[in-house]
Formats: sequence, structure tokens, C-alpha cells
Amino acid sequence: MVPVSYYVLLSAVLFTLGVVGVLTRRNALIVFMSVEMMLNSANLALVAFAQRWQSANGQILVFFVITVAAAEVAVGLALLVTIFRSKRTTDIDEINTLKG
Amino acid sequence: MLAHYAFIGVFFIAAASFPILPLIGAYFLRPSRPTEVKLDTYECGLEAIGDIWVQFKVQYYLYALAFVVFDIEVVFLYPWAVAFNQLGLFALVEMAIFLFILIGGLVYAWRKGALEWV
Amino acid sequence: MNILIMVIFVVLAAFTLAAGVMVVTVKNIIHAALWLIASFFSVAAMYLLMEAEFIAIVQVLVYVGAISILVLFAIMLTRHVTGEGVRQLYKRWWIALIVAAALFGVLIVPTVFNYEWAVQPSGAQISIASTVEIGTAFMREYLLPFEVASVLLLVALIGAIVIAFEERSTRRRVLTLAEEVEQRRQRNESLRLAPTTHASETSE
Repeated sequence: MVPVSYYVLLSAVLFTLGVVGVLTRRNALIVFMSVEMMLNSANLALVAFAQRWQSANGQILVFFVITVAAAEVAVGLALLVTIFRSKRTTDIDEINTLKG
Repeated sequence: MLAHYAFIGVFFIAAASFPILPLIGAYFLRPSRPTEVKLDTYECGLEAIGDIWVQFKVQYYLYALAFVVFDIEVVFLYPWAVAFNQLGLFALVEMAIFLFILIGGLVYAWRKGALEWV
Repeated sequence: MNILIMVIFVVLAAFTLAAGVMVVTVKNIIHAALWLIASFFSVAAMYLLMEAEFIAIVQVLVYVGAISILVLFAIMLTRHVTGEGVRQLYKRWWIALIVAAALFGVLIVPTVFNYEWAVQPSGAQISIASTVEIGTAFMREYLLPFEVASVLLLVALIGAIVIAFEERSTRRRVLTLAEEVEQRRQRNESLRLAPTTHASETSE
């Protein structure tokens, strides 16, 4: 078996990559993709721990993380589509007013 | 257990190499004499007009949205179905509540007209 | 056998990280989305490697199948795709890099390396979590989160429809469901009352 620390390290690197994407990119869609990647890396760590401690709890938590990720991406992308229709941009630096 | 997946892995590699290897072979064998006409976008033999990026309707997004939500519902449904024999009537009631809540969302989308194709 | 598993892990990890780097750096959004799908897929393969079969299938079903479709449709609805002539990065992107590197180096790496991973779990060796076990847990310990998850999905569905479906330019506020249904009924009735004028228009 692969040691669990390898999985945790991989998940940490993937999470950091997501952080880099969120912090540096200006396109809101890429920011969303990076957030998805961070959630995915959390899932990876959860499953690794679940297999390490031989318990189902980690895997069940993954289901809820998936649910939250889907809800987040659904509402977030709907917001983005609406913002694009009124402002014609997906640049998060130019989306700076609350009133449409 | 893991060894069983080795077969899937072998199958996957074989399936992937099946199209990739001929493409690589063709790349080395074929003559390459590109002209402007050859590199042009092919659209039923006619000359392509306009941008490929047309604006899509928001209905596409709403359909994908409904798909995602009910996809996750199915994901929750599956382990319940597998474990159903050990759980009994209580689980049936619980899952009925779960489905009832989500069907509320479907009814909302339907009544709102979000599923109509305009 | 162990070495083989290790090799597969290293290959998958390298591919996942390469795909992740491509998502963060590539200019074309469509390419970023496709690399994201590739990274999801290799994570699914890694779940199989950990013998968490059901999670692997769920990963393919939900992330690769559904969420990426949603992302691709959102890309199709927002036009700037190729990213040429558009600024992609913050002016001070290197500060963000330093912050991320600091997060990684100060918080994560010491935790991963200082924890004693080699210690065996104290509990008795239970069988690896099966699908039956997950289903049972949903109906027993995790009953409330399970039902709340469905409420969350309902709220996400309704919220996204309200946000994306309304035409804000023509209406000042979001109509309630009752108003919407009433409006549609009136529209249908007016269509039904005046079919003759419509027919004469088309015949001309």
C-alpha cells in the first residue's frame, strides 16, 4: 500500500495549486475551477484518512463535500452568467459594484 | 481486490493506445504539404461565415443545473438502495422525505417555466 | 506488487499535479476546463488505488460527468474564451505566489512531516468501508445531515434558477412563483382569445 502521508502531501500540493489559482487569476471561471480543485484535494485527503483508519466516516463526509461543491458551483456560475449578461465581463477586478 | 482493477487498467491502456498509435504512425508516414485552403475550417464544404462563438441560451445552463442536482440525488440513492434490506421501513420513509424535498425543486423549476425551451 | 502500486501512484500523482498546474496557468478557458476534467479523472483513479470503489465511481459521475458539464456550459454562456488581449493575472501576482508558498511551507509541510504516520490505528481491524456501510450510516448516524443535504440541493436549484433565469433588464424585481404562474395564465388566455387575428396575419 502507498503510505497515507503521500496522499496527504499530494492533496496539500493540489490545495496550494488551487490557492494560487484563486489568488492570481482574474477570470472568475478559472477561480471557480480552482475552488473545485481545492475541494477535490480535501476529498482526496478525507478518503486517504478513511482508508487509513478503516472507517466509513471519512467517505461519508466526502459525499457531503461533493453536495456542497455542486451547490456552490451551481449558484456561483449562475451568478457569473447573470453578471456577464449585464456587465459583459468575467473579470473579478471589474466586478466591484453591488448594484447591477 | 486491487488486482481485479489491474485488468481494467490493462484494458484502459489498450483502449487508449488503439487510436493513439495509428495517429502517431500516420504522423510519421504521411506527407505534409499544407496550403491555406487545406488548413481552413471545414463546414459542410461551404465557406465558414462568422465567429464560432455564438451566444448560447441560458436554458442550456438551467438544464445542466437540474442534471447536476438530480445526479447527486442518485448518488445518495444508490448506497441507500444497496443497504435497504438491513434498514427496513424507516429508511423508506426517510428517503421519501429526501426525494419529496428535491421534487419540490423540480416543481418550482417547472412552474417557473425554466424547463421550457424558448 | 507493492512496487507496481507505488509506480502507478507516482504516475497518477504526477499527472494530477501537471493537470492542476495547467488549470492554473493556461490561457484558454476551455483548455483549463478540460485539464480540470483530466485532474478529476486521475483523482478518481487514485480512489480506486485506495480501494474506495464507490467514491471513485461517484467522482466520475458527479465531477467528471456533471460539474464539468456545468462549467463548460457556463463558459459557453460567457464569451471571452481564448483570453487573447485580456489581462489574465493580477499585477502583483508574485505576492499571491508568496502567500501560497507560505501557506504551504509554514502550515502544511510541517504538519505532514511531523505527524507520526507510522503508528497503527488503535481500534480493531474492521473491513474497509463498503457501500452497504455507507448506506447504513446515512440512515442512522448521519440522518440529519442527509436530509439537510437535500434541503441544500433544493436551495441551490431554486437560487440558481432565480438568479440565472430572470431577465433583470426588463423587470425591477424577481416575481414570486404565484405571480409568474398568474402572468403565464393571462398570456395564454389572451393568445386563446385572439387566434383569428393571428391567422389573418400569417395568411397575408
